[in-house]
Amino acid sequence: MSNNLTIYILIFMLATFLGLEVIKRVSPLLHTPLMSLTNAISAISLIGSIELTGTHYHDHLAVTLGTIAITASFANVVGGFVITDRMLKMFKKREPAKTGAGTRGAA
Amino acid sequence: MSIVTFQQYTYIIAAGCFILALKWLSRPSTARRGVTIGEIGMAIAILGALITKGMTYNWIIVGLVLGAIIGLPLAIFMPMKDVPQRTALSHSFGGLAAAVVGTAEFYLHARAGATPLTHFEMVALILEVLLGYLTFTGSLMAFGKLQELLPSRPMVYKGQNAVNLTLFAIAVAIGVYLVADPTKTVLFPALAGLSLLFGVLLIIPIGGADMPTVISLLNSYAGLSASAMGFVLNNPLLIVAGALDGSSGLILSIIMCKAMNRSFTNVLFGGFGQVAQAGGATEQRPYRSASAEEAASILEVASRVVVVPGYGMAVAQAQHKVRELYDSLTKAGVDVKFAIHPVAGRMPGHMNVLLAEADIPYDRLIEMDEINPEFAQTDVVVIIGANDVTNPAAKTDKTSPIYGMPILDVDKASTVMVIKRSMSPGFAGIDNDLYYMDKTMMLFGDAKAFTGELVKELAAAKAGV
Repeated sequence: MSNNLTIYILIFMLATFLGLEVIKRVSPLLHTPLMSLTNAISAISLIGSIELTGTHYHDHLAVTLGTIAITASFANVVGGFVITDRMLKMFKKREPAKTGAGTRGAA
Repeated sequence: MSIVTFQQYTYIIAAGCFILALKWLSRPSTARRGVTIGEIGMAIAILGALITKGMTYNWIIVGLVLGAIIGLPLAIFMPMKDVPQRTALSHSFGGLAAAVVGTAEFYLHARAGATPLTHFEMVALILEVLLGYLTFTGSLMAFGKLQELLPSRPMVYKGQNAVNLTLFAIAVAIGVYLVADPTKTVLFPALAGLSLLFGVLLIIPIGGADMPTVISLLNSYAGLSASAMGFVLNNPLLIVAGALDGSSGLILSIIMCKAMNRSFTNVLFGGFGQVAQAGGATEQRPYRSASAEEAASILEVASRVVVVPGYGMAVAQAQHKVRELYDSLTKAGVDVKFAIHPVAGRMPGHMNVLLAEADIPYDRLIEMDEINPEFAQTDVVVIIGANDVTNPAAKTDKTSPIYGMPILDVDKASTVMVIKRSMSPGFAGIDNDLYYMDKTMMLFGDAKAFTGELVKELAAAKAGV
């Protein structure tokens, strides 16, 4: 058990540092989609909620709270990914057709 | 391969997918791929969870169906202007999920005959519950303020910080006691109740301008509570995914704090509004207002224009008119850029999403540090619904509440146009010296309507030539 504990703390530490490194590189342009994507990812609590609800089916409290948790986190899973994609779809570079011939002549 | 190891493999793959998802999100060109790999990772993880041995599925299915019914419409039909509210709401869902799972685990392990949690697991569980419940109510409060169900001005009263800190100290003390003696189940509801209350009280004094920081902080808490759940359930995938979310929220909060030159404690316990109201006595100073026609005649002959959008643009839903202005100027050969201050709007990146929604190419959206040296060569700056982020007092006036906050150096441009409803000061209640400068033209009106008029005048002038 104490062995597991050390490993878990190590995992947490490494994941945090990795997260800091990766996310530092995210362009400020995309900070809103970043937040909704990490929100969808942290809805991984769904896994814990499913295990709780499924394995303690004889326990009223566990089933009630577990179902609430599944509802809340699955709403974040589907919602988070869909809204992130909706946002990212809107980010476009300048279309060549619009900026082409003539219009940029002055610059 | 037994079921347990197969499940563990799915979790490892999922963790890898999530890390890739965030890596690919760093650039617009690969960002959508990031979403796809994130979805794949989540699907694999859910599959892994569903094959746990000896489960019944009735209530799991109920939860999944309800979750989809709530989550999908919110994501599909929600207008982009409501992104900050939806984000706050989803943080509250995340907090709630972690908190109730923690609650159920606590009582399951407290039952007679159940294996008690180790001290360490108990510490993680208390953290999960504490952070989860306070994120739940705190985010609901933030949602209320953003949706304007609650007043968005900071609500402060005397001794507020003392009350909050005392409540928090009591909650922590109960937590410590429960770690030492988990059989005192009667104390658990008190812990949960205090966390719920603390979440509400924490957000009450926060004003709209501080929302970007607070949303980021709540994002971090939601992630950390999910991570704590991983420690309780012995599930490394939860630890990893929660830690990624936690560090993301942390980075965003730090960026937001830096962009306002304030510390965490100052945002949470500072009460931004009060200071400014104290110095509210403003003297009348002369300023120059102008019509759309005059403004258009100056824009017409400009060669470099920078637009500075702010929360006012979001409120007026002016982004589509701004796009028309962008089109009409670009067609006339004017170089148009957008200057984006990190805390413009109500959440990190808020302006970028709105302008992207209006089809403005993202390579025209320039961050503060990059655009600031360009203002000296800029002919016209058009400020639409932004105020404090352009206030030169942040650089010159040591007594100003926003002194030291990095601002957009719009005062270096040849001409400054400010589209604003009236001369009333902005959110922070601070008068803006920019409005009284000789080079400044005040364009009074609704952001959307006035931008529309500008577009019309530009078109008319073009037709006339």
